Amino acid sequence: MEKITLTMDGQQVEATRGMTLLDVARQAGLYIPTLCYYPDLEPYGGCRMCVVEIEKVRGTQPACTYPASEGMVVRTNTDLVNKVRRTALELILTNHPCACLECHRRKRCSPYDVCLRTVAVQDRCVNCPANEQCELQEVTDYMGLSGHELRLGWTTGHFSVDTSNPFFDLDRNRCILCARCVRACNEITGVGAIDMAHRGYAMKVATFGDRPLKDSICRSCGECLVRCPVGALEPKEIERPTGEVATTCPYCGVGCSMKLGLRDGRIVKVSGDKSGAANEGRLCVKGRFGVTDFVHHADRLTAPLIRKNGRFEEATWDEALDLVASKLSGRRPEEMAVVSSAKSTNEDNYVMQKFARLVLGTNNVDHCARL
Amino acid sequence: MNFEERQKKAIADWEELERGARPRIYIGSATCGRAAGALKLVGVIEAELARHNIQADIVHVGCIGLCYLEPLVDIVKPGRPRISYANVTPRNVGKIIEEYLVNDNPSPELALGVLSETALDGIGRFSDLPMLKPQVRIVTANCGIIDPEKIEHYVGRGGYGGLVRALGMTPEQVIEEIKKSGLRGRGGAGFPTGMKWEFCRKAPGDTKYIICNADEGDPGAFMNRSLLESDPHSLLEGMLIGAYAMGATEAYIYVRAEYPLAVERLKLALKQMEEWGLVGDNILASNLSLHIKIKEGAGAFVCGEETALIASIEGRRGMPRPRPPFPAQAGLWGKPTNINNVETWADAASIMRKGAEWYAGHGAEKSKGTKTFALAGKINNTGLVEVPLGTPLRKIIYEIGGGIPDGKAFKAVQTGGPSGGCLPASLLDLHVEYESLAQAGAIMGSGGMVVMDEDTCMVDVARYFLTFTQSESCGKCVPCRVGTRKMLDILEDITKGKGQPEDIDLLLDLSEAIKAGSLCGLGQTAPNPVLTTVRYFRDEYEAHVREQRCPALACKDLIAFYILPDKCVACGICLRNCPAQAIAGAKKMVHVIDQSKCTKCSTCLDVCPVKFSAVAKVSGEQIEVPGEPTPVTALERDKVAASK
Ligand SMILES: Cc1cc2nc3c(=O)[nH]c(=O)nc-3n(C[C@H](O)[C@H](O)[C@H](O)COP(=O)(O)O)c2cc1C
Ligand code: SF4
Ligand code: SF4
Repeated sequence: MEKITLTMDGQQVEATRGMTLLDVARQAGLYIPTLCYYPDLEPYGGCRMCVVEIEKVRGTQPACTYPASEGMVVRTNTDLVNKVRRTALELILTNHPCACLECHRRKRCSPYDVCLRTVAVQDRCVNCPANEQCELQEVTDYMGLSGHELRLGWTTGHFSVDTSNPFFDLDRNRCILCARCVRACNEITGVGAIDMAHRGYAMKVATFGDRPLKDSICRSCGECLVRCPVGALEPKEIERPTGEVATTCPYCGVGCSMKLGLRDGRIVKVSGDKSGAANEGRLCVKGRFGVTDFVHHADRLTAPLIRKNGRFEEATWDEALDLVASKLSGRRPEEMAVVSSAKSTNEDNYVMQKFARLVLGTNNVDHCARL
Repeated sequence: MNFEERQKKAIADWEELERGARPRIYIGSATCGRAAGALKLVGVIEAELARHNIQADIVHVGCIGLCYLEPLVDIVKPGRPRISYANVTPRNVGKIIEEYLVNDNPSPELALGVLSETALDGIGRFSDLPMLKPQVRIVTANCGIIDPEKIEHYVGRGGYGGLVRALGMTPEQVIEEIKKSGLRGRGGAGFPTGMKWEFCRKAPGDTKYIICNADEGDPGAFMNRSLLESDPHSLLEGMLIGAYAMGATEAYIYVRAEYPLAVERLKLALKQMEEWGLVGDNILASNLSLHIKIKEGAGAFVCGEETALIASIEGRRGMPRPRPPFPAQAGLWGKPTNINNVETWADAASIMRKGAEWYAGHGAEKSKGTKTFALAGKINNTGLVEVPLGTPLRKIIYEIGGGIPDGKAFKAVQTGGPSGGCLPASLLDLHVEYESLAQAGAIMGSGGMVVMDEDTCMVDVARYFLTFTQSESCGKCVPCRVGTRKMLDILEDITKGKGQPEDIDLLLDLSEAIKAGSLCGLGQTAPNPVLTTVRYFRDEYEAHVREQRCPALACKDLIAFYILPDKCVACGICLRNCPAQAIAGAKKMVHVIDQSKCTKCSTCLDVCPVKFSAVAKVSGEQIEVPGEPTPVTALERDKVAASK
């Protein structure tokens, strides 16, 4: 890769050709605020938070899309840059229930406190699932706009929330139209269930024909909500985890790496593990939303059962395995068969067929997906 | 027949047609002529010819640009020059034909002019018409003259000669020629065309695309439509030349679906080109190959922006994307692509036909050649005109446009459509060039010119243009999507008298950020109407904000109508006509408007006889009038007049 040198805020920085100005800035440790940028999505250039000034280039340019080139002189902190960023942020806030940003008590509030601000209930910060984990709050803090009375009044609340999907909700009143969800659905999942509909101020995230999510081709994989910077796309059930364990998804043979967020010994959140080679952080609907339910389900078998006197009774693993071994021994190979599960990992299934062929001596191997 | 033979024949045929053994009748039947009723004339003309047993050809021509005179009918008698008649109706067209073709009386009183070097029988030269005289018609040279559905007419008047000349040069020489002509993009930004072609030529890649931008989304602009309907081959020839120069093999024409006639004529023109070997592989037996497709746009203003247009052709949502990469590097389907406006392509054909020096001989130092403008608004001669760049605004508005109707005063002219600016009377001597317009805060744009008179409120004008841009914003980037809407909200407040003193500065502040921070040209220019109206008419904003007064008496919420007690003679006309039943009165009683019922429709003012002029329209002031009808006190003679 070709090395290039450019000047950023008076500092000489090294980069390789192909990097964007945002890549260069981040590598050099310079913070540039962003909202629509997301590392694994095509850059969009819509939020204008990352604009910079480039010598000999008119106006301001988004750092997230602008390719770095040799000898370029870039300024990330000029009056014009700040004016554009501040105005853009102010404009975003006019369409976002921003009580959470203006209120100085924000960090000390709890759900049952009386809201000191005279805002509608649905606009209260404590009612937003993203409160305190919101990228918009972060950027607003950075820009020093929190706690300020804004020049332009805000209006929101005219959308009804799409709660049709069994796993997550889309609350367009909180949406900042960064299009991360749309890009994720197109670029990551390749489904294309949502896109931007309408023009100008009327633009919104919508399914084909503006039907509820449930009636669209949405596969409920949730890749969109992982990337939503605010609280517009959120799972139906939210509890903040206090701990985390890494594991592999039990649903199919792909072997997606996942992280289980735990609270009081229960799984409250599932996220894809970016370091997982099989899925690079992605999950499907089963992995993301189907784990919590069955792990903690009352009907789940957690110990082997042995039928005694016509009734199933709990047994230890040793008892159960001994029983199976005793029943299998002395049989001819062609009398035996092994049925495995598509929910097992590839490795487990591999071991299972080895066991059938080498130990039992039979080729009668099948699995449940045929049933 | 090969092209040369066909060309020879077409030229001979055209000359034959010009000299003609039979009379010919030309009807201007582009969309504008049709809207004025041109097609209704055809039947009448045919019947009239049949009645007198006259053998004549009827030729449908395109638009000559004199919209206010449509429908236009030209008549040629063998051996005589062409005589043009304006505002022809089904009622008088028969008479005109009978008089001229049978009685040999060209009806000079009805004739508009004669298309020849000298005047004829008391009919002046067509080209001496005030609207036409200052014009230099290069790109519109064929408009209204030839039948746009006949490639023979185009070729007969020298068409495709530019292509033949280009094919005899190297592509580099062609680019050099375009550079020398000084041609700049006619679609808005005025980028030098030769340079753009060179970027695309030099861009690495086997497949290259060229695109003709015929999206024409500016409200009030119809230059491109007119050319597409009146002379489609001119831009197609330009595209062939461009393809040769840039090494492109694929082409698209992106034309809005609201232009059905233009689409139809383009399709026909492409078919004719195919028959003539002017499109497809090895055009005119050269190594030039070009395949041209038509893509109909769905009418979004933003799809005229290059990258949005490309996205739209690719079947994606029409949203611009940041540059770089520029289309010349990675455009349609990621291939090097060059986009030019309809007029730019057509200009390129003229340049190749007649030479760069000839073209550069027209126009101004940095803005060479001619440009078409659509004159609209409060101006006598509305229509499409072509003038050399560098022509002063005053000349366009007063000489060509014939000034302002009804003796009103000129107030401002908006150039460049919704992205342009409003220029005041003090700038009437400004020469229309890319740089001078930009300096004044406006833009050349694609050539819209909307003239406004003293009755126009400049705040309201800014509000109107913002209504357009904010609804046409694609919604992708924040400053444009939300910013233009917030500006519109503020402007609406101001026109309703709810503006705050700090609003004007807030508008300026938002404008600056939106201009500098928007992704594409739409957002970057959207504040221009506001910036220019504040710059040149700030006092009007101040009057709205500080005094709740609209100086132009245009903003409904800020005006009031009163009946003046010393003038009213109780004739009752206003009372009968008021649609809101807001007027009280009786015989010999001064009439009174109930302000709470008045909808400010202005009917009373319009119907009150001028000799009484008893209705006053005011803003920011109150006129003392009685609360209910009182006996008439107006002068005795007025009462006498009223009784008559
Ligand atoms: C919002 C927007 C709308 C535009 N609409 C048109 C249009 O309708 N026709 C056009 O030729 N150019 C339009 N342009 C300009 C084009 O992006 C482009 O500059 C032009 O087609 C280039 O051709 P030219 O060099 O021949 O002018 C528009 C630009 C913007 C930003
Ligand atoms: S829902 Fe979230 S991710 Fe999608 S556009 Fe809105 S803010 Fe962005
Ligand atoms: S400036 Fe307006 S039209 Fe252009 S990309 Fe931004 S939102 Fe879309």
